[in-house]
Amino acid sequence: MNNLVILPIIIPVIAGMVMVIFRKRIIFHRYLSVCSIIAVGIVTLLLIFQIDQEGVQTLQLGGWEAPFGVSMVADMFAALLILTTCVVALCCLLYAFRSIGQERENFYFYPLFMFLITGVIGSFMTGDIFNLFVCFEVMLVSSYVLISLGGTGNQLRESIKYILVNIISSFLFLVAIAFLYAMTGTLNFAHLSIRVAEAGQDGLMTVVAILFLIVFSLKAGLFLFFWLPGSYSAPPTAIAAIFAALLTKVGIYAIIRVFTLVFYHEPEVTHLLIGILAGFTMILGAVGAVAYWDIKKIITYNVIVGVGFILAGAASLTAEGLTGSLYYLIHDMVVKALIFLLGGTVIHLTGTSRLKEFSGLIRLYPGLGWMFFIAALSLSGIPPFSGFLGKIFITEGTFEAGFIWLGIIGLLTSLMVLYSIMKIFMNGFWGTDTSEENEKRTTKGLLLPLGILTMLTITLGLGAEGIHHYVDLAVEGLINPGIYIEAVFGTRPVH
Amino acid sequence: MKKPNDVIIRSVTKVAVVIILTFAINLFISGHHQPGGGFIGGLAFASALILLFLAFDIETVRNHIPLDFKVVAAVGVLISVLTGVGAMLLDHPFLFQAFGYFKLPIFGKTELATAVLFDIGVALAVIGTSITIIMTIGDDR
Repeated sequence: MNNLVILPIIIPVIAGMVMVIFRKRIIFHRYLSVCSIIAVGIVTLLLIFQIDQEGVQTLQLGGWEAPFGVSMVADMFAALLILTTCVVALCCLLYAFRSIGQERENFYFYPLFMFLITGVIGSFMTGDIFNLFVCFEVMLVSSYVLISLGGTGNQLRESIKYILVNIISSFLFLVAIAFLYAMTGTLNFAHLSIRVAEAGQDGLMTVVAILFLIVFSLKAGLFLFFWLPGSYSAPPTAIAAIFAALLTKVGIYAIIRVFTLVFYHEPEVTHLLIGILAGFTMILGAVGAVAYWDIKKIITYNVIVGVGFILAGAASLTAEGLTGSLYYLIHDMVVKALIFLLGGTVIHLTGTSRLKEFSGLIRLYPGLGWMFFIAALSLSGIPPFSGFLGKIFITEGTFEAGFIWLGIIGLLTSLMVLYSIMKIFMNGFWGTDTSEENEKRTTKGLLLPLGILTMLTITLGLGAEGIHHYVDLAVEGLINPGIYIEAVFGTRPVH
Repeated sequence: MKKPNDVIIRSVTKVAVVIILTFAINLFISGHHQPGGGFIGGLAFASALILLFLAFDIETVRNHIPLDFKVVAAVGVLISVLTGVGAMLLDHPFLFQAFGYFKLPIFGKTELATAVLFDIGVALAVIGTSITIIMTIGDDR
């Protein structure tokens, strides 16, 4: 029993609810939201330290032993992602202070932000598949409101599509859980793993696994990403950044968790399918990123490429591939938030998202320009920055698993990503300032979160050795499901 | 246009609301041993308030029940979460439930459980949310 495990989930809930009660005090909202995110970060650091010392930490809610109660499981994989979530959320909050506008702040922006974080952290931490569904819904309902908050025409149109797609995928999720429960009679991840291993993963079970894959693909934007470019370009910058950094990553986390812990017996079918879908996702995403001359479209298609890349590592089911996936997942959360905030700042400064309508920004905003350059290099995986190591490990993992075509697709799409993002840099920042009325606007307060994230992507690249120990621990837990199961059940025999 | 005469519906409402509220509280209390509980109890309670909205107008009801129902919902969720936090302070797992038997003056030997506090939170959240939805849709402002 370790009550520290539940704190990252309940701190944002309590903070959000207190904010709803004191609705008018916007300054209080700002302080409370920042303080609670920092508190969650500190708790997560403590948790990481504990996991390092004593192994995977669990909490049986209400004192009911697993599989009968709901377990909360904090393994290193989840804890690292939660820590990254905190950092990214903090930067998006700081950005929102300056950019989101009073009207949205008055209509519960900060409480909704807290509930979104609650759902994301809950999904990372839960040890029970139905609880995963509930945490997904907490996250999604908050995101429905955040995407439509403000009520401009574009937002309303895109939020209808977004809500429809997500309601259908949630329905499929529920159906998949019902099938799985009918076959195994349990909902706890660790117990499911034992039951599936005992009964063997027959054809029917593989079908259910693929149903789960479809559900999580809809959430993560793996191949079924048709809803994503529109939805992610509709909301204001700070909200789009937190969506791009966190929402698809929860789907990716769910795929990795389910297909390393429960359905790992038929990799020739399920993991090959993940690999094929990841390959298509990378190609289609890269084609989209190269095709458009619109900043918002280019960066949203880059989100899709990232999803495909992470899951290419997961599809290999080797230690190298999963290490790469975890490195790249952390890098991707940071750098996608950074690139969305940068793109949003450029749009805020120029008043347009079309690349052909402005140029020469680097004369007026040198800091912004060089940060964009660093982010662009990091996004495509140039060595000193954080994207490099993940790409190396993922490519190594796919080659080792025999998916050589997948590794080659990954490398080729990296080039296309570099081209697409450099297109923004060269057309927008270089050249002569074409428009006359484009006087210098203030970037006060906006540059601070951008600076933090840029520093982070540099330190993650240079100091990759420093977190190597923790990533190794996380991957060890993913490769050996026994560690997770033993942490949940102790040494009690369970069938 | 002549103002409609709704004496009958208003008189019936005055009696019916009391009965519905009693029934809602009965549903809420019976949750542990019979069908019922916080969710259905809260919905039944909200339905009584909605009947008031139908029979009288929103302004009148709002003047007599000067509550911000969004705050009611938030307080409900806080109560539910804090019962779990209370267990943590006493070094039990989050959401641990305690119960005991007490001799009460009128009811005699009664089982009291902290699960009721959690259910009060659920009921308040349900009441607050459903009334907020109805008032937001019904309001012209």
